[in-house]
Amino acid sequence: MEKSIFKYILKYSAAQQIYLLCVILAFYPFLFISLDLPKIIINRAIKPNADGDVFEAPIFGYEIEFDVSQLTFLLILSFFYLALVFITGGFKYYINVFKGRMGERLLRRLRYQLYTRILRFPLPHFKKVSQGELIPMITAEVEPLGGFIGIAFADPLFFGGQLMLILGYIFLQDWRLGLAAAALIPVQGFIIPKLQKKVNALGKQRVQNVRRLSDHLSESVSGIGEIHAHDTSNLELSRFSSRLGGIYLIRYEIYRRKFFVKFLNNFIDKLTPFFFFSIGGFLVIEGHLTVGALVAVLNAYKDLASPWKELLAWYQQKEDVRIKYEQVVEQFEPQGMLEENLQHDEPTASSPITGELSVSNVSVADEDGVRSIDTVSFTTPSTAHVAIVGSSGSGKDDLAQVVARLLAPTSGRVLFGGQDIANMPEAVTGRDIAYVGSNAYLQSFSVGDNLVYGLKHRPLVDRKYNAADTAAATLEKAEAAETGNSPYDYNADWVDYAAAGVSDGEALIGRVNTLLGMVELSDDVYQLGLRGTINPKKRGDIEERIMSARHALRDRLSEPEIAPLIEPFDQTRFNTNASVAENILFGLPVGDSFDLEKLAEHPYIRQVLDKVGLTEDFLAIGQNVAQTMVELFADLPPGHEFFEQFSFIDAEDLPDYQTLLGRAARGADGLTEEDRLRLISLPFKLNPARHRLDLIDERMMERILEAREAFAADLPEALSDKVAFFDVDAYNPTASLQDNILFGKLAYGQAQSAAKVREVIADVIDNLDLRDTVISVGLDFPAGTGGARLSQAQRQKLAIARAVIKEPALLILNEAAVSLDQSVQAVILDNILNERHGRGVIWVLNRIDDAQKFDEIIVMKDGRVVENGSYDNLSAQDGEFKALLGSV
Amino acid sequence: MGLLDEVELLRKIPIFSKIEPSKLKLLAFTSERLTYAEGDVLFEQGDAGDAAYIIIGGKADVVVDTPGGPLIVATLDENEIVGEIAILCDVPRTATVKAKTEVTTLRITKDLFFSLVVEFPQIAVEIMRELAHRLEVTTARLREAVGKPQ
Repeated sequence: MEKSIFKYILKYSAAQQIYLLCVILAFYPFLFISLDLPKIIINRAIKPNADGDVFEAPIFGYEIEFDVSQLTFLLILSFFYLALVFITGGFKYYINVFKGRMGERLLRRLRYQLYTRILRFPLPHFKKVSQGELIPMITAEVEPLGGFIGIAFADPLFFGGQLMLILGYIFLQDWRLGLAAAALIPVQGFIIPKLQKKVNALGKQRVQNVRRLSDHLSESVSGIGEIHAHDTSNLELSRFSSRLGGIYLIRYEIYRRKFFVKFLNNFIDKLTPFFFFSIGGFLVIEGHLTVGALVAVLNAYKDLASPWKELLAWYQQKEDVRIKYEQVVEQFEPQGMLEENLQHDEPTASSPITGELSVSNVSVADEDGVRSIDTVSFTTPSTAHVAIVGSSGSGKDDLAQVVARLLAPTSGRVLFGGQDIANMPEAVTGRDIAYVGSNAYLQSFSVGDNLVYGLKHRPLVDRKYNAADTAAATLEKAEAAETGNSPYDYNADWVDYAAAGVSDGEALIGRVNTLLGMVELSDDVYQLGLRGTINPKKRGDIEERIMSARHALRDRLSEPEIAPLIEPFDQTRFNTNASVAENILFGLPVGDSFDLEKLAEHPYIRQVLDKVGLTEDFLAIGQNVAQTMVELFADLPPGHEFFEQFSFIDAEDLPDYQTLLGRAARGADGLTEEDRLRLISLPFKLNPARHRLDLIDERMMERILEAREAFAADLPEALSDKVAFFDVDAYNPTASLQDNILFGKLAYGQAQSAAKVREVIADVIDNLDLRDTVISVGLDFPAGTGGARLSQAQRQKLAIARAVIKEPALLILNEAAVSLDQSVQAVILDNILNERHGRGVIWVLNRIDDAQKFDEIIVMKDGRVVENGSYDNLSAQDGEFKALLGSV
Repeated sequence: MGLLDEVELLRKIPIFSKIEPSKLKLLAFTSERLTYAEGDVLFEQGDAGDAAYIIIGGKADVVVDTPGGPLIVATLDENEIVGEIAILCDVPRTATVKAKTEVTTLRITKDLFFSLVVEFPQIAVEIMRELAHRLEVTTARLREAVGKPQ
């Protein structure tokens, strides 16, 4: 990348910068006239005119005669002035917007280039730089560059021009005063940069310190578990504090120096008038200068201050930005970056990952020269199933990465059919080779999108935009091209169906289902589907099918084993396994208007209670609940886990309720509105079957049903979309698939009811052949950041499926199943080897027993290949492999 | 059956008999009432003990796995507590308990049980008394068995 920001700016925006300068030059005459015009209006149009009725106005140096009355002349000039205001304002607007756009475009280009470079970093480099350092560089640190790019050339010209103009004017008045005005400019120009240099150095330090701070932050977030587990918060706090202290000291030093520069500047500014007064005064007294000229010079000098300040500000900003740019750029040029063309080039028609895989004298050494792999050589057909075994630290891990070209060997070559892998574009190594490590990382997409992540190399089918979006899409494409950004439309269909060996999306789903089975993930995704809601974009007939499951389940509710487990929702019946709040709402809240926890606070709910005359009853029940809670929990120390788990009332609120009950005992008049709300909110949380407090009797249930009816009947228009009502014949899009099928509540107090109901639901789903439907909803489940919403085992299985679906010529699994149960590992291994029959697999094994299933075994020790051959041969001879086998 | 009925039931169980009603109410409120269908398993021999159960309705068999197959060693009735040993001394379940009829239980989790013991020492004292009593009975039986001529 360009070493200096000016070179960078010129390289990508020279034409625009020149254009901008021309616009500024074109602006000058208008600016000048607009400054000069008031004088003309006053002198020639307002003052009585001695020359009769002919008025003249100098426009662009020409005297133009106007044969009109004085009033008309005044109006003409006034409107001319107004027009000039428009023109100069327009110029300024245009120039500012142009500057902003130019800056933003270049900033976009710079950020894009930096990101491209991150994608080309050699993998070991990421051991040295942390994301905590990289992120602020691309986000915050380059941000000021955008502002500066716009003014990089424009401001010196703009303000420099003004400065020259005014200085020239002063010289015209008197050359001695001109000298006096200009005398200190070289001094400022010399001293200030010197002082500024130190400020700059400090600024550099500050940037580095802030980077370290953010590095520390990201480290704390990633390692938060360790901090708690080892009680090192104090250590971390102190580390953080010392970093903050460092930044503070630097900042303080910067302030002192920066404001000293400012002080000096101001002082010099005020020194010049001192010359004017003394020298100018002397000249006036001596009669060499008129008082008027001196006043004009003083006025002009005042105007000088503003452009001069702007120029200095520009200079300071320039220095600041220059440092930031240099510091960022030097971080983005590590040794051994992937060649740019290898990142972009499309592969030739036939895959080069064929023939013989030959690893020839490969060594990998770290910076200290310690070799994790030491002159390793072997050859094997690229279609063979190869196991790499060895103890940890034997170099097997690095070897797998070298063959996948994730790690560049320090010396030696990896060849496929005689072609060096180092020269192949990523389009080959990333498509025809698939690599799965032991610690799978998922993107924060849905499970399904993660699964096809490895099929998205180029957009293949353009997205069809509707008329409204087409313009925006076209504009974005043009902008991307303008700024050297990615030419690909992110919204297009990127999935390479052919690579997965299928013809279209429909067939891909089938293939995905097969793969989920292969890696033992079907059940997990099925469960995710049951817990998930339907993606509104893909609704289709899923709702209908789920509804058929609901009805099938309802038909079975009368069976004696199932009946006690589920209490179905019924519009006309109180559900004893649901809370009173749920019973009144009889639906799910959409958004937080009708938050079930705070239902009593909602004015509409209170209105409903009043209407059906429940307010006073709820008050009485609430009093009863509070009484019971006080009785049960008063003896427990605050903070006892029971409060959290069981109490309706928080520990800290309990004393309040005690006094509140005292007030209530003296009669309802003693209660404030707040007291009433507190008590009324308690019955809402009651769940008769769960709490068994016997406070909601049959009669009360009837009346709560009235409230349910009233709630739905009078629901104001504005709130109508805030509840998704339960309706036995309608799918509830807010509820999960499982809840939609269940359409009721699990009964409390039935042993293993959840497991039994799960079985019944599974039964219903299988009978209706809906398992694939549920799985398709499960595939829409968001995996979370880094796949955090899935378990480690699920992530790992998904990663394996993601590699296999690419149908690569060579599949490399680097202890990829290590986090799975032994039995699952064995099943997956068998499934994969079966699937990959006749196509290459290299598997770094953590269980040596599995080696039997491979064509060839490579045994590594201390970075060297000590044995290789078939299982039968190796286990027959007394060697390293036999020793490994024996040690298990 | 509501909370108050459960409190009455708990009072009939020896280790809880001398505990204040308000504490028993807390115990009843914080423990889960679970109904098992006939044949359902409350817990399996060898499992980790996570809860004790008080039978408040129905009968349950205590089954021990022997080399000769499962053997019913006892049948539990209403008001009996089962599974408390496993949560007291962290040993795996020594037997399987299976519902003989439909069984209703109060399930007291280990955490709950210990919180109660820590919070209310009377409960600990009562349990000690009960265990000492059982030990006494066992010792007496052992003495009887050893004293018997072969």
